[in-house]
Amino acid sequence: MAYFIQLAFAGLAQGCIYALVALGFTIIFKSSGVINFAQGEFLLVGAFIASVATFEWGLNFFLAVFIALLITVLIGVLFERFALRYMIGRPAFAIIMITIGLDILLRTGVVMTGKANERPPATPYGIASGVNYGGVHFGENALWTILVTLICCVALYIFFRYTRYGLAMRAAAIDQEAALAMGVNIRLVYALAWGIAAAVATIAGIFLAINVTTFDSTLGSIALFAFPAIILGGLDSIPGAVVGGVVIGLVQLLTQGYESHIANFVGIGFDTITPYLLMIIILLVRPYGLFGTRKVERV
Amino acid sequence: METTQPAVMDSSSPTAEDMLSLQNINTYYGPNHVLRNLTLDVRKGEIVCLLGANAAGKSTTMKTIFGLVKPRSGRILLEGERIDTLGTDAIIKRRLALVPEARRVFSRMSVRENLEMGAYMIPDKAAVLSGIEFVYNLFPRLKERDKQTAGTLSGGEQQMLAMGRALMAQPRLICMDEPSMGLSPILTQTIFDTIQSVRQQGVTVFLVEQNAFMALNIADRGYVLQQGQIVLTDTAKNLLTNDLVRRAYLGG
Repeated sequence: MAYFIQLAFAGLAQGCIYALVALGFTIIFKSSGVINFAQGEFLLVGAFIASVATFEWGLNFFLAVFIALLITVLIGVLFERFALRYMIGRPAFAIIMITIGLDILLRTGVVMTGKANERPPATPYGIASGVNYGGVHFGENALWTILVTLICCVALYIFFRYTRYGLAMRAAAIDQEAALAMGVNIRLVYALAWGIAAAVATIAGIFLAINVTTFDSTLGSIALFAFPAIILGGLDSIPGAVVGGVVIGLVQLLTQGYESHIANFVGIGFDTITPYLLMIIILLVRPYGLFGTRKVERV
Repeated sequence: METTQPAVMDSSSPTAEDMLSLQNINTYYGPNHVLRNLTLDVRKGEIVCLLGANAAGKSTTMKTIFGLVKPRSGRILLEGERIDTLGTDAIIKRRLALVPEARRVFSRMSVRENLEMGAYMIPDKAAVLSGIEFVYNLFPRLKERDKQTAGTLSGGEQQMLAMGRALMAQPRLICMDEPSMGLSPILTQTIFDTIQSVRQQGVTVFLVEQNAFMALNIADRGYVLQQGQIVLTDTAKNLLTNDLVRRAYLGG
């Protein structure tokens, strides 16, 4: 039982990181119809800046995180303003290519600094610290990952439910022209979407970097696991992104923990493909996901 | 064609009485010339209706007024101020409100949230709350459905919501695109009664309608649009007896 709880706890923490990445995807997709393939690199850039600010510039962790957030949000907003704005009305695949371009640009930018190998993560607590309870180790980073993800979800819920700009973003996602006719500035909606997506990705990146203890320029490839998460949850559902992320994290860690016990013949490393198996099954039986609306454009 | 003569256009310069004035508007969708030299004006406190068949350019006229489509030439004045050069948000800020064709309520938002969206440009929270109160008095049905998702409302309730949402902007001028579309005669009557009471509160109304009889019954003046051109304009009373209108829109 302790073994199961241990795995479930680790899976939940991992799932929270997927959930944050998936949230960014979904918020951008809902408000502008763009699938942002550069989402993962915001994790890398965020974690990288926080690390450099801590270890090279000697800044306090929280200040470093603040700077990382500031820069990634700025990159997101400026990319929307100076690249995507000119792509409105172009074919979906052209827009996707542009986001892939941003992905490569960001990763290469990090590599070019020459400081991207075996980067130590910025962290306010010991990387391996945690508490033991009932034979289960609760890592401090995992606990904070879960708590901060929860806070992000509550904050986003309040934002979308009760604030003027949150309402405007939802309205624009439902009917852009009707929202325009209410006086909603659609450029502001896009900028907000990219800013929020970049911010949650940076938070995910900082926790992920601590989780893997040292990182390099491939940190952002984790975003590939956010795809099964958003497909599972439904591409256009914000709660779906969170649920999908957590489920994928749990499935992955539980497979990892039990694959050699239960199904020895699959060997090790089967956990890397279970999220995608789940994604394929979902696409076959329920292509709009658990929470998505049926009419989602195929890309 | 019978002897109906296109009425002489009233293209005199706009007066201080003008709420909205469209002057020689030409709007295109790609290569399609949709609005041709369209000129019309709506005076303060009036109900003016624009009649026309499907695809005559009625909705395009609305979209052009609100900057959702940009005219290629011509001018649009709101109380003497040029607005065709402004963005939609700046136009809404000048207290113009639109009840769009087919209602277009925000389906996955509650009734109250839809009304809050109508007041998007009103910064004063207290004014928004009293606005919601006002709309709920006007349409008690909506009050009962305060928390309900707008997409689950009936067609008539959605039309009330679309009107309420527009009124939330405290408009000087409210533009309505086919408010009777798809509604039963009784509901249509309710909506038109409301339009009249809205006017009595000092709001100018510009109405686009296919239901010419209902529209002309409450309107002061009307314009007839055919293939993007104004072919006739007169008082509503005269239009009701006009041959062209009778044949084309009143089925008689």
